[in-house]
Amino acid sequence: MATIESIPLSLSQSPEALQRVPQSFEFKLLKHRLSAGFPSPAADYAEDGLDLNDYLVRRKSATYMFTVKGNSMIGASIEEGDKVVVDRSLRPRHNDIVVAVVEAEYTIKRLYKHRGRVELRPENPAYQSMVFEEGAELEVWGVVVGVVRRYPQRG
Amino acid sequence: MAPQFALVDVNNFYVSCERVFQPKLQKVPMVVLSNNDGCAVARSNEVKALGVKMGTPWFKMKELARKHGILAFSSNYTLYGDMSNRVVSILTDFSPDIEVYSIDESFLRVESVAHLYGGLASMGQQIRERIRQWTGLPVCVGFGPSKTLAKLANHMAKKNPEFGGVCDLHAMSRLERRQWMSRIEVGEVWGVGQRINARLATMGIQTVLDLRNASPKVIRAQFGVVMERTCEELRGVSCLELEEIAPPKQQIMSSRSFGKPVECIEELQEAVATYVGRAAEKLRQQGSVSGAVYVFVQTNPFKENERQYNAGLTIPLLNPDDDTRVLIQAALRGLKIIYRTGFRYKKAGIMLTLLSDKATQQVALFNELGGGPRSARLMAAMDAVNREFGRNTLRAAVSGISNTWVMRAGSRSPCYTTRWEELPVVI
Repeated sequence: MATIESIPLSLSQSPEALQRVPQSFEFKLLKHRLSAGFPSPAADYAEDGLDLNDYLVRRKSATYMFTVKGNSMIGASIEEGDKVVVDRSLRPRHNDIVVAVVEAEYTIKRLYKHRGRVELRPENPAYQSMVFEEGAELEVWGVVVGVVRRYPQRG
Repeated sequence: MAPQFALVDVNNFYVSCERVFQPKLQKVPMVVLSNNDGCAVARSNEVKALGVKMGTPWFKMKELARKHGILAFSSNYTLYGDMSNRVVSILTDFSPDIEVYSIDESFLRVESVAHLYGGLASMGQQIRERIRQWTGLPVCVGFGPSKTLAKLANHMAKKNPEFGGVCDLHAMSRLERRQWMSRIEVGEVWGVGQRINARLATMGIQTVLDLRNASPKVIRAQFGVVMERTCEELRGVSCLELEEIAPPKQQIMSSRSFGKPVECIEELQEAVATYVGRAAEKLRQQGSVSGAVYVFVQTNPFKENERQYNAGLTIPLLNPDDDTRVLIQAALRGLKIIYRTGFRYKKAGIMLTLLSDKATQQVALFNELGGGPRSARLMAAMDAVNREFGRNTLRAAVSGISNTWVMRAGSRSPCYTTRWEELPVVI
């Protein structure tokens, strides 16, 4: 397993050079093993590393993920194929991006809720807002708190 | 402080899980079928209203299904398990004293925390509200001075909409409680099965109130100490504690129905070896060793025109062991003895019995394959690989590769909450 230091990286790398980069390597923050004698001076400072779950998820038992289809939220940088993180424990507020149930389908839109007006607004001029008249019920499934994307061309 | 218990139970749990992720299914009559798409193990209210009983085989209700548009789903235990964990985790926030009684039911001790929520009734409503909001699942809550009464209260909350999903027996007068008990059949009491129910009937005990008022001494003489306790619990005397840490299982069972009938012994061997592999992993997880392996085979009782054969056999081990190879060997020896040609087998299974604690195991005098540090290392490595790369990555070769006998799950819904490629889609 190669460490990150052993890979020569520079901005001028040609594609050929990139191909020589080992397929996988791992980051180990301050977890060296010394072969003899002295304990690592860093041992007391070891940390667990970064966990994306901690960053994205506040309430695990109320958090769900959806796959996005279509580009109605492109203006909010949410694209086809993205995974969105949805927290059901939050009360939806004006300007939140939400997953709502409309005609028994899930839809992701920005919630407009101001001065008695309730709308689900797309972030793409090619789409129409959905307006909810007084008395109509809007079912919000959960509030979108994050989006995750992995570029498919890198496997 | 006198103990106060809550029983929280998800309504039509499997059906409700399916509905959370498919808004289209609200109000649609539907059932979830058992392993291998056999019998209805969960029914929506619409299906209950049509008079379909729990456990009805699907083929017996196909006509009704066509008429009323009943949808059938294969069980999706991955989804149900994940949703169940969410519910338990929410309940643990309400009270740390919790016993997870089954996949959809938990008992809580609440007397020391109820005041934080403004009393039991209000706590019950908050539990309902939070579980509904965080998971989309509907629950009912019953409160009582004993586990048996909490369970009865839960039943009352479920069957009587006027309770709004929460029933607190503490809040009722003696008279009210007795009136309710006189209206509920004794068979609804926790621990009263069909057989006991029939015997109680011959003694003139038909309602919950009858059992409550029966003499505990008479009950004990007739049914033993467990029913006596039930009787005391109905009087509001708490006899059953929360079992917070599940005691290590005394036996581990692994069995399934086959997707299609199996006739040859080779396929049965593959199935049995696979089941032993699964059970042995659980055995090692709980740190036990097994003293004997029971193996059984069954034909399909619903195929009345086919010849029937059911057999099982226990094979004791020379030394209690947890080595998959040793356990498989024993199971296959048993299978060879009970196997008969000319039958179409529907189901096979194994049970690891005579379990004991591995740590206190006596040193074996004779060892063939199992026991010893080499075996322990191999099994630990196997379990680690299977945890990392998925079940059955490493297994005994005799478990087979193609597994044509594996169970049918024709219309399983996606694992919405646990698999990247099966997440629900939002447009």
